[in-house]
Amino acid sequence: MTEVAAPTSALPEPGGPDPAAPVRRRRALGDNTIVVTLLAFVAAMVVGAILIAFSDPATRSASAYFFSAPMDTLRAAASAIGRGYAALFEGAVFNPTTAARGTVAGIFGPISETLVSATPLILGGLSVGLAFRAGLFNIGGQGQIVAGATCAGYVGFAWHLPVVIHLVVAIVAGMVGGGLWGALAGWLKARTGAHEVITTIMLNYVAVNMLGFLLSVKGFQRPPYGQAISNVVDANARLPHLLGSSLRVNAGLFLALLAAYAIHWLLTRSVLGFEFRAVGANQNAARTAGMSVERSYTRVMLIAGVLSGLAGVTQILGTNSAITGDIDAGIGFDAITVALLGRANAGGTVLAGLLFGALRAGGVQMQSSTGTPIDVVSVVQALIVLFIAAPALVRFLFRLHGSGAGAGQGLAKGWNG
Amino acid sequence: MKAVKFAVIVGASALVLAACGSKPTTSSSSSTSGAAGGSATTSSSKAFTACMVLDTGGVDDRSFNQSSYAGLTTAATANPAIKPSYVSSNSQNDYAPNLTAEVNKGCSTIIAVGGLMGDAVKAAAAANPNQHFAEVDASSSGANVYGMEYNTAQGGFLGGYLAAGMTKTGKVGTWGGLNIPPVTIYMDGFYEGVQYYNRTKGKNVQVLGWNESNQKGGTFSQSFTDQNKGKTISAAQVQQGADIVFPVAGGAGLGAGAVAQSSGGKVMVIWVDTDGCESAAQYCPYFLTSVTKGITDSVDKYVTAAASGAFPTGNYIGTLQNGGTGLAPFHTFDSKVPATLKSELDQVKADIISGKITITSPSQPK
Repeated sequence: MTEVAAPTSALPEPGGPDPAAPVRRRRALGDNTIVVTLLAFVAAMVVGAILIAFSDPATRSASAYFFSAPMDTLRAAASAIGRGYAALFEGAVFNPTTAARGTVAGIFGPISETLVSATPLILGGLSVGLAFRAGLFNIGGQGQIVAGATCAGYVGFAWHLPVVIHLVVAIVAGMVGGGLWGALAGWLKARTGAHEVITTIMLNYVAVNMLGFLLSVKGFQRPPYGQAISNVVDANARLPHLLGSSLRVNAGLFLALLAAYAIHWLLTRSVLGFEFRAVGANQNAARTAGMSVERSYTRVMLIAGVLSGLAGVTQILGTNSAITGDIDAGIGFDAITVALLGRANAGGTVLAGLLFGALRAGGVQMQSSTGTPIDVVSVVQALIVLFIAAPALVRFLFRLHGSGAGAGQGLAKGWNG
Repeated sequence: MKAVKFAVIVGASALVLAACGSKPTTSSSSSTSGAAGGSATTSSSKAFTACMVLDTGGVDDRSFNQSSYAGLTTAATANPAIKPSYVSSNSQNDYAPNLTAEVNKGCSTIIAVGGLMGDAVKAAAAANPNQHFAEVDASSSGANVYGMEYNTAQGGFLGGYLAAGMTKTGKVGTWGGLNIPPVTIYMDGFYEGVQYYNRTKGKNVQVLGWNESNQKGGTFSQSFTDQNKGKTISAAQVQQGADIVFPVAGGAGLGAGAVAQSSGGKVMVIWVDTDGCESAAQYCPYFLTSVTKGITDSVDKYVTAAASGAFPTGNYIGTLQNGGTGLAPFHTFDSKVPATLKSELDQVKADIISGKITITSPSQPK
């Protein structure tokens, strides 16, 4: 955070020994991805604060007579913003009111909710990020999550296996389901040149509508067939809770962290990961060097699909216990923003997933205790990524200098591939 | 710095647009803010906080979220001690945390909207046995949960009978938003009503778009919001000869109103869920009637009873008998519906209530 404070103190330095020094320092700051990310977050929170103020009825009614008593509006706005962001913090990190009860749920509830929300976002973010690294734009997270959740859920409620084995089989089923769904798009690109943006989006529709159909089929749909909801997953196939049954945080978090480590290893230590990165950096060079670009496409989409499938697994075996039509819960698309914020590397994606998970968990509390629409949180998430994709905007707002291009430009090569 | 300056300029210039009034002399903004937020209730011991957890779609979905919250605000208007508030869900992932947040808030009762929330409500109710819950579109899942369901097949039956009696072409159409039971139950009822009319009158009125014996078939817009799709489907049914259309698709059904409007009075529409002349008044001249679902009324009654200290328990099933479903007034068509048909409808209604007519829709609440 000291780096954030630096630009303001660096502004007026007229009589300094070296007049070029502050400019150089500001350029260095402007090129520093961590600084730009933090500043993007700050800028997004400022815009979010304005939205909170405008969504507050007291502020709006006071603004009707702004010129006769301007302080009323400002006071109401400040109070609304303060209450809103305090609730956001209480929902995501620590809530003194519930903690005072002294129960585990009261003290760790907010953190648990943050981790629960972060788990599928991390997995989905890894999926999108990995495809980015090979120059592919995986918009198919939704379909892959649905495919993974459907397979894992079906094994979870239709098969009855012993403890541990059931869970493992269900997880593997989810990975296979998601992996095949992803690999299909990769294979189509490798064999026919069909653009992965188009095929993954279309496969989303196929998966979602196929699930819609399954939810009306006996054996899948839950008796007495009154709602579009599946049977309940067996207790044996559920991911165990980590902090007792009163908190929702579950072993899916370990799956996410394990996956993050595996992707980190894959990209930095393995031949396969090197091939992916080479194809992503320059596919012609990779081909000249003797790599099979086509095989890389299929493989990277297979692994990306497995990761999204795991996100579906945590959704159905961890967070929810039955499949409904929106089992993907928008994670497939939020994962794109997570991957962009995390700069498509494993560690960054984990941090980005945690941040967005915290915003999501906090948004629930904010909505409940202050009546602020939860959409404000979605706007803040989108703005963070927008500011990161356009670092020049952030530099302009905070008067930094820099030379580098936006994060998105480096990542979105799939459009030209 | 710059960002703050920029933000202040943007904010201030936006405020200028609406800031020319003068301060109301009696109001104190601090006291109104709590009530508007719906959370500051500690000051008054008699306040009854009624908190609603909405399903996806938002509070202004022109469908069950909106109807449910309308019930809450109606109750609050009649009894100022009731403090209504709501949270909305963006996906099913939000159900459990929303319910938990509302429990932590200390609500007097929590009303969940939508049958898909059933599992989450059951878990929350079991974990908090002293907390009162109610759920719209689901049956009770615990001693502290009040279930509210609606057998709209009965209302749909009357709509089908009416349509069969009013059609000049011998064909009526219906279509839905999605092939899910809360939608198809209306279509089942409508279909059965037409068949009943055919049986008793020896007629052969056809239903386009739905056949109860083929629950997988039927015409659906796959959307509750896309009016253009609704217009296309309705126009296709009119093209095939239907002169009465019954869309069961929330806002997408407005497309049927547009088709009726451009037909120059040849096509009539039966609206769904609410009285169309109130919720979609622009097409009121084309609404023969509406098949209603009494969500607003039943939520209102539940909250009003609960606020008086008597929490209803068990299940409520909205029927023709208790007004939980039925036909809305004919409005502009009142003079055009023959008196004999009106009395027949009353007889059919009485027969459904007495059990003389059995409705076979598989989607009915048990």
